[in-house]
Formats: sequence, structure tokens, C-alpha cells
Amino acid sequence: MQLLLGKGITKQFGGLTALYNIDFHINEGEIVGLIGPNGAGKTTLFNILSGAYPLSAGTTWFKGENISRLKPNEICRRGIARTFQLIKLFGNMTVYENVLLASLFGASESVSAEEAGRHALEWLDFVGISAAAAAPAADLTLANQKRLEVARGLATRPELMLLDELMAGLNPAEVAEAMKLVTRIRDRGITIFMIEHVMKAIMDISDRIIVLHFGTKIAEGTPKEIAAHPKVIEVYLGV
Amino acid sequence: MVTFLDVGIGGLITGGIYALIAVGLSLQYGVGRVLNVAHGEFIMIGAFAAWSLYTLFGISPLLSLLICSPVLFLVGFLVHKTLFRYLRKRSKSIEAFADSSLLASFGLLFIVQNIALIIWKADLRGYSYWDSSVTVLNAVFSVNRLFALLFAVVMSAAFYIFLTSSRAGKGIRAAAEDPVTAQAMGVNIHRVLAVCFGLGTLMAGFAGILISMMYEIQPAMGLEYTIIAIIVVALGGMGSITGSLIGGFVLGLIGSIVTYVDPGLSLIAYYVIFILLLLVRPKGILGK
Amino acid sequence: MARDLTTAKKFLPLGIHLFLFLLMAAVPLWAQPYFVILLNTILMYVILTLSWAIFSGPTRYISLASAAFFGIGVYTMAILGQRFPLPLVIGFGGAFSFILALFMGFLTLRLKGMYFIIFTFGTSELIRHLILWLEANFTGTVGRWVVMVDYSVVYYVLLVIFLLALLTAFAIARSKFGLALKGIGEYEEAALHIGINVTTLKTITFATSAFFMGAAGAIMATRWSYIDPAIAFNPLFSFMPVLMAIFGGIGNPYGPVLGAALFALLEEVLTTRFPYYYMLLFGMILIAVILFLPSGLLGLVKRKSKQPE
Repeated sequence: MQLLLGKGITKQFGGLTALYNIDFHINEGEIVGLIGPNGAGKTTLFNILSGAYPLSAGTTWFKGENISRLKPNEICRRGIARTFQLIKLFGNMTVYENVLLASLFGASESVSAEEAGRHALEWLDFVGISAAAAAPAADLTLANQKRLEVARGLATRPELMLLDELMAGLNPAEVAEAMKLVTRIRDRGITIFMIEHVMKAIMDISDRIIVLHFGTKIAEGTPKEIAAHPKVIEVYLGV
Repeated sequence: MVTFLDVGIGGLITGGIYALIAVGLSLQYGVGRVLNVAHGEFIMIGAFAAWSLYTLFGISPLLSLLICSPVLFLVGFLVHKTLFRYLRKRSKSIEAFADSSLLASFGLLFIVQNIALIIWKADLRGYSYWDSSVTVLNAVFSVNRLFALLFAVVMSAAFYIFLTSSRAGKGIRAAAEDPVTAQAMGVNIHRVLAVCFGLGTLMAGFAGILISMMYEIQPAMGLEYTIIAIIVVALGGMGSITGSLIGGFVLGLIGSIVTYVDPGLSLIAYYVIFILLLLVRPKGILGK
Repeated sequence: MARDLTTAKKFLPLGIHLFLFLLMAAVPLWAQPYFVILLNTILMYVILTLSWAIFSGPTRYISLASAAFFGIGVYTMAILGQRFPLPLVIGFGGAFSFILALFMGFLTLRLKGMYFIIFTFGTSELIRHLILWLEANFTGTVGRWVVMVDYSVVYYVLLVIFLLALLTAFAIARSKFGLALKGIGEYEEAALHIGINVTTLKTITFATSAFFMGAAGAIMATRWSYIDPAIAFNPLFSFMPVLMAIFGGIGNPYGPVLGAALFALLEEVLTTRFPYYYMLLFGMILIAVILFLPSGLLGLVKRKSKQPE
């Protein structure tokens, strides 16, 4: 079933065209990777999908509903959650409070305080940072902060999770852990769309990969197809 | 009969003052990120310094401009080096610094205004200097006002040249745009900030001296000028010094036109413009 | 036996509050008029500061519009005080301020940080000058006379407004909305992305805080008996709550209450003892607080209680 659909997505900032005529779709249960050199427009696309930026042209659809004009909180409630390339945590609030807030407000139906609390603890456990529940979020290591952002996103009960460079700044051991976490999220029935620069990780884990370059989609296919795609090779190796 | 020229030149005269105080505030805010609500108090100090020097020692305001400059600059420089530098070091984020520096400048406002009240009492003061009239193309102006306009224009031009051509000026603009990179490129950021703050109080002082030549003054006059400076900075674009220069003259002209229609409306007009700007184009005319 | 102790512990804070409230309610019965009138001024500042902190505390949007909301209340009493019963006019004062705040909140959707601060200040001043101009050009008078009300009645009304504001402050702080407001203050974009309707929450909280300021303004107008725009919309009513809240500390509702009470008392002492120096002393205290007490008085208490035995 098609979960997310983008038609002709275009985004301009003044004179600069960041995205041009992007068509893509994400099916339920997939892990789709989004790659491309720096400045290709990947995070811009995520910002459009999450409602942070308005579209200059084109439309976005989620579960058959046009979400092009919705605000981020409305999109979140409909089932799309995201993490950020530069972590945006509530630094002075505790780890628990960060996730609790998402539990309380992120779901499509209202939740009682006790239920929200229980869910928050569940998700902290799921990502593996229960031990730090009472610590201020700003005090965590980078790897744990990333986990916290994931837990916070998951607490909003999404069907689609947008992960923006989850593995950036992690050492190889942490990258392996992160990959395991992503698979476990998918095993829970959540579809994943992820931006990544760590090639090995994204090639191993994705069902499909979309490649952006200077704001346009230049390739799409399975990891094998992408690895052999001449345009992709040219763009990455500059040949 | 009030002519187009009266309103026009009158607007430029007021605008010149506005440009000076706006540039001063813009330097302090655009570079140093301090919204100095005590800015008007330094204008007031400049005005009273000129008044005192003239009435007690017969020193002309022109000379005051010269004498007071180093003092005014030094005061601002030192205030920044001590108070705001410490706050900057102590603040955990830019927002925290913006908040605490705003409040600290309130404290300065109270202190400076009270000192002025103690020294000069609350009465209106004024003096006459160069108030003979001159006729320019059928419009009548007093010499002191024309001088104020001349001075403001010359000072604005000089300052603009300084910013664009000189090494120090470029350092200031670099620091305003990107303090971190500027520092990496060898700009002594802390000195630049303190210098900018000092230049800000210098401009305020100049404006105050010019104002004292044209109007009556009293210790509570500062806040209104601070507000006007903020409006001009918003109009011209936060962080753009050229914008403050242009914005000052523009607002002065607008004020002159509105005063011609109904004097009571001029401040209202300023506020309406201000609010519209913030809502429609917070970046201002030339802002980034 | 142990069970009695835990029940007692649970009700102790409530008991203390009830006792303090009754104590305050009894004041006009035995105290000198001067003392009650002093308390009126202190209560006014406490209400302003507490209300201000309801919105500006957690969200860190520093509003300088308090004078506008207070002044609307003052003018509501000045204009309607003769024709309607007192409680109704006070309610109107609060309601008009509430509406103004909703309107302002709607306009300032996109403004953050410094822009918000100067926008609120600019609007406040615009209203002041606008009313001055309207009064001068259309009503013919600049000032207005307000109906007189006994100082003990003023006291009781202020006490009730204070109680309502305090209860509201605690209710919000302890609810999920209080947590959401803190989230907005920490990282508004993230709060938006986890489903919080930031715009609505900000606007309604802002308007709620304005309500109490308007109500306080309405009753304080009766104390002054003659008002004009300079008195009603005095910018000091915008600056003081900020200073008092910072002085007291913003962590929980008691900070602003404490800060306002002490600061207002300080102002009273300074203006009567040192009428020529009080601004100077004020400024120095303010700078000292910012330099040495960044978390306010509450921060001092927290620091002391965290020290090892």
C-alpha cells in the first residue's frame, strides 16, 4: 500500500531552487534510503514532508490525504514523525519529559496522563536509554541523544518515521547499533524513510534508495541497482 | 505658508538626527547583539554636557563635539568591556545573553537618568546658539538646524566610507556578519565589540549635542529617542548600518509630513509603521 | 499511626496556604489604612508579575505588553465604572485585555526573540498614544475621573484576583500544557513536530495572563480616582514585572510572587526614604541581580538546599 506520495515537489528560496519536480513514493513496510551529495536538497525534502517549509509547487500525500498545506503538528498527528540532522532536544528537561511530551501530544487520539507516562517509559526502554530517564537531555552522549530523539519521535505513534542522518557522528560500533535499532523499528510495523551519508549502512538496510543531486532525482532503485548506476557513480566519484 | 521645502528640509534635519542615533544603536545591536535601551540616556548626557559647557564656560557646541567625543567613546567602550563582556562570557546561549543584556541596559537606563536628575534637576533647559535665520529658496531655517543637518550628513558619509573602505571598518562588518569566522580570521572580536559599543555612545553623544542646539532638553528625554532609534533600525534592517542611515532620513521625512498634518499623530505614525514592518517585513528595507 | 503522618504531610501545604490566605483576608480588620493601601500596591505588582510569568516564564517570550493589558483594564473602569456594578466592570476589564491579547497573539505568529519583545512594547506604546490622541481630539478631556471605592474593598478584590491567578498558574504548570509551554521555550520547532499546537497554546496562554492584568487594572483605577493615558499605560508596568520575575526566579509560581512582593516593598521604602536616589538604587540592584543572581532568589534557595550536609 502506498503510504507517502510526492508529486512534482518544487522548493525555491528566493532565487535558489533547492528542489525541482521531485516525484517519489514510499510503500508501507519499506525502508527507503535518501542519498545524495551535500546540498542535494535531502533535508529540504524532509522539511517539506514534515510541514516545516511550504511547497513552492507540487503536492504531498499521506495515506491518500493531501498534506501539502498542513502544519508540522497536524502532520505529526496524522502519523509522520521525524528526527533532525542537528539534534533538537529539550535540553534542560529530563530525558523522560522529552518523550512524555511527545506521548501526550503526538498521537491522533488523546491519551491519559498515566498511559502517556507508561508509553514514554516503554519507548525509552525500546531505544535503550531507560537508565538515563531522570537526567537532563543535554547531558547525554551524542549517541544517546540521537536515541532520545528517535524515542521521542516514536512516542507520537507514527506510521512513517523520517530519520535525518541518524548515524552522523557515530563511531562504527554505534553505527551498527543504530542499524539494529532501525530494523527493530521496522519490525514494529513502522515505515522508514532515512537520509544517510554512511553508505555501507544505508546500502545494507534499505529496500529501495532514492538519489538526489542539486535538487533533482537522478536515480531510484534497489541498493544493487543504485551501486551500479552510472549517473550515481559519476556524481559521487566525480568522474 | 508652509512649503514643500519646509517640510522636506525639516524632515531631513530631523532625519539626520535619527540616522545618527540609529547607526549608534545598530552598531551596538547588529554587532554586539546588545539591545541597549539606555541608548537615549547617552543622547541625553551628550545634550546636557553641551548645555553645561556652554552655559558655564561659554564653550560652543561645535567645540563640545570635539571635546566630548573621546569621553563619550571611552564611556561606551568601558561599559562594554566590563558589564557586557562579563555577561557574554557568563551566558550559556545567545538568547540568554540577549535577555540579560537587555535587562542590564535597563539598569543602566535607571542609573544614568537618575544621575542626570541629581546633577541637573528635572527642569527644561535650553540655550541659544547660532539661532539667526537664513533663507534658502523661500524657506526659512535657523543656522543651527542647517548645521545639524550638515554635520549629520557629513558624519553619515564619513562613517559609511569608514565601514566600506577601511580595514577596521571591514573588521566590524565581518564581526557583524559572522563573529566566529571573523575571529578565526584574526579579528579581535572582543575589541571590535567594545569599539562598536563605544562608537554607538559616540553617535548618541553627537546626536545629543546637536539636539541641544535646536531644542530644549530635560533628563527624561532619552527614552523617546531610544524608541525612535529602534524603529529606524527595524525600518532599515536589523544589522544593516547603511539601512539605519537611510531609514533615519526616511523616518524623519515621514515624521515631518505627518507633523504638518497633525502634530499629535507623528509618534502614532512611527509606531504604526513600526508594527506594520515587524509583521510584514521584519527584515526591514535592507536587512538580511 | 504512620498513616496519619502521611495524610498530614499531604495536606500540610494546603493547610499552610489556607492559613496564609485567611491571615491575609483578616488584615483590613486590624491594620492601619496605610498598611492596607501599601498591600494593595504590592498585590497589584504581584498579580502583574505572576500573570506575566504564566506565559513568559516557560516560553521565554519576554512580553512588554503588560502596560497595555493593565491600562485597558484601567480605562474600562474609567469609562464603564459609573454605569455597571463593580464585579462586572472588573470582569469586562479582564475580558477586553483577553481579547486584545488574542488579537496580538494572532498577529505575532511568526515573531520570535527580540522582534517579539519590541513588537509588544511598540503595541503598548501605540495604544497609549492612540488613546491620548482620541481623548484629546474627540472626548475633549485627556484625563478621566474614576468612581471611588473603599480601600478595603480594593484589597479584597485584589486578593481574589491574586488567588485566581495563583491557582491558574499552578494548574497550568502542573498540567500537560505547562510541560508543553516549557517545551516551546526550550525548542519551539521540536515542540511543533511532536504534535503540540504551538500557535493556539501560545495565544491562549498569553491571553489568560492578560486577563488577570486587565482585571487588576480595573480595580486599581478606583484607587487613583484620576487617570490619564500616561498613568494607565505607564511603560513601567511593562518593565517592572519582568524585573521582578527575574529577581524572584522563574522556576515555579512562587518565584514571581516573592520577587514582586519584595521588589514592590523595596520600591515603597526607596521612594519614601530616598526620593531622589531610588532610580539609581534600583538600577544598581537590577544590575547586581543580573550579574550575581541569574536564577533569581529562587535560584539562591535551590543552591542552598543542594549543598551537601
